[in-house]
Amino acid sequence: MTEQRDPIIRLVEIEKSFGTQKVLRKASLDIRTGKATVIVGGSGQGKSVLLKHMLGLLKPDNGQVLIHGKDISRMKKNELMEVRRDIGVLFQSSALFDSITVYENVALPLRERTKLKEAEIGRIVKEKLALMDLHGVEEKYPAQLSGGMRKRVGLARALVLDPKIVFLDEPTTGLDVKRSEEIYKLFHHTQRKLGYTSVIVSHDAPKIFKLADYVALVADGKIQECLPPEDFQTSENPYVKAFIQATMGEIYRGEGESL
Amino acid sequence: MVVNCLRGFEFLGDWALYYFNLTGRMGLFMLRAVIATIVPPYKWEPLVNQIHFIGAKSLFVIIFTGAFTGMVLGLQGYYSLSQFGSESALGSAIGLSLVRELGPVLTALMVTGRAGSAICAEIGIMRNTEQIDALECMAIDPFKFLIAPKLVAAIISLPILAAFFNVVGILGGYLIAVPVLGVNEGAYFQGMYQSVIWDDLYMGLVKSLAFAIIIIGICASKGFYVHLDRAGGFGAEGVSRVTTSAVVFSSVAILVGDYLITAILL
Ligand SMILES: Nc1ncnc2c1ncn2[C@@H]1O[C@H](COP(=O)(O)OP(=O)(O)O)[C@@H](O)[C@H]1O
Ligand SMILES: [Mg+2]
Repeated sequence: MTEQRDPIIRLVEIEKSFGTQKVLRKASLDIRTGKATVIVGGSGQGKSVLLKHMLGLLKPDNGQVLIHGKDISRMKKNELMEVRRDIGVLFQSSALFDSITVYENVALPLRERTKLKEAEIGRIVKEKLALMDLHGVEEKYPAQLSGGMRKRVGLARALVLDPKIVFLDEPTTGLDVKRSEEIYKLFHHTQRKLGYTSVIVSHDAPKIFKLADYVALVADGKIQECLPPEDFQTSENPYVKAFIQATMGEIYRGEGESL
Repeated sequence: MVVNCLRGFEFLGDWALYYFNLTGRMGLFMLRAVIATIVPPYKWEPLVNQIHFIGAKSLFVIIFTGAFTGMVLGLQGYYSLSQFGSESALGSAIGLSLVRELGPVLTALMVTGRAGSAICAEIGIMRNTEQIDALECMAIDPFKFLIAPKLVAAIISLPILAAFFNVVGILGGYLIAVPVLGVNEGAYFQGMYQSVIWDDLYMGLVKSLAFAIIIIGICASKGFYVHLDRAGGFGAEGVSRVTTSAVVFSSVAILVGDYLITAILL
């Protein structure tokens, strides 16, 4: 909080196409240590693709992804594994393992990555599930849950190892308003307490601004702005202006041109 | 005309490139699977589960097909051999056909249909629903976690299943030969006992092991790379197409492999 450390993750002029479709054209973004960066933008603009680059799941056609200053595409498999030990990820689709129960899903990172005893694992899993307000679902399979419940199980799994960097792709899509607010409060609280770095993709603007240290807008294949929320809202960038208008417009039930 | 000719070459080149790519991908896949299998730590529970799925659950269908194969061999063998008046060789003919060829091959084909298809679909769905991405992000090696137990389970299960197939097939052949066709019981077993030697069992074992590797290598890698496959792509339909192609490909590879191993070991 005091010293201004190097950005923990840097995307440098990332270009990415799928077939003939150009999704990212020189997108650059810095993720600062210990801060919450919220990525907003219209559907299909490449937010999830951006996230997958930071995770090393997609390789850029051009440009670099630097983690702790090191190019991820040059990293050996072991190094990448090492980096991934400190991260927790919630995928947009939740990506729960559908052949095992909710309990086993959340327990999996503990079983595979720690030497904890089963009793201790059980305690942690129950605690994380309770934190997400999930009760009596341990023995259910993911397919037996609603979309919102799956999201929360995915969150519990992402946070179960108390990771240093948390990536959340639309953590509250499909949750009701009350629950998503509770989850945001929880993030806010745990982030302040544990000081982890978070990257959150969200449709929940402007509500999400409350918990953001930085807001980044993806539009037209680029990061248009990455600013603290107050500055973001007053930005002169035409894309940002349109975005603010569209999202605020929703509240005032205006026409709200969509991005 | 010239253009058509060039098209032909282009098609051929495409085809060659595709299969070059595919086999390369499968080869690397198997290499990574083998490394993941060898490197500790080892977990027993997933292995036991996979042996249950690939081996134990295939047992019924193996016994069923084994029995009928033996019975057919009894009928056909008797018909052929009686033309030369050598019905007494029926036992050794059935024994050799089963142990060297039919046991390993038919077992492998049945396992491909039953377990190989399921493995391909399961892994393909995991790929398409980001479950494999999720594993990688948790720093869990998908080869160690998903593929290694299946590979070891197949290597353990296939020889055992083939042995069951052989035993049941021999009994099925006996059932037709001795009570129905009136072949002498002593001649049936004596002929078999004398002509089936260790080398034949060895060839059967080598085949079963090779087929286990072929089944997992093709079915699992087809599912694992469903997003890169020409037949594959995203969604449920991609998985279903890639599963069909994995079963066909694996079956063909088993038959070709059978020929190659027979030719080499003979
Ligand atoms: N693996 C992929 N293959 C092909 N196209 C993809 C892939 N992933 C994403 N896309 C395309 O990239 C664009 C951006 O996707 P995405 O990042 O998921 O959008 P969003 O901003 O809604 O998260 C979409 O048009 C999508 O179709
Ligand atoms: Mg998305």
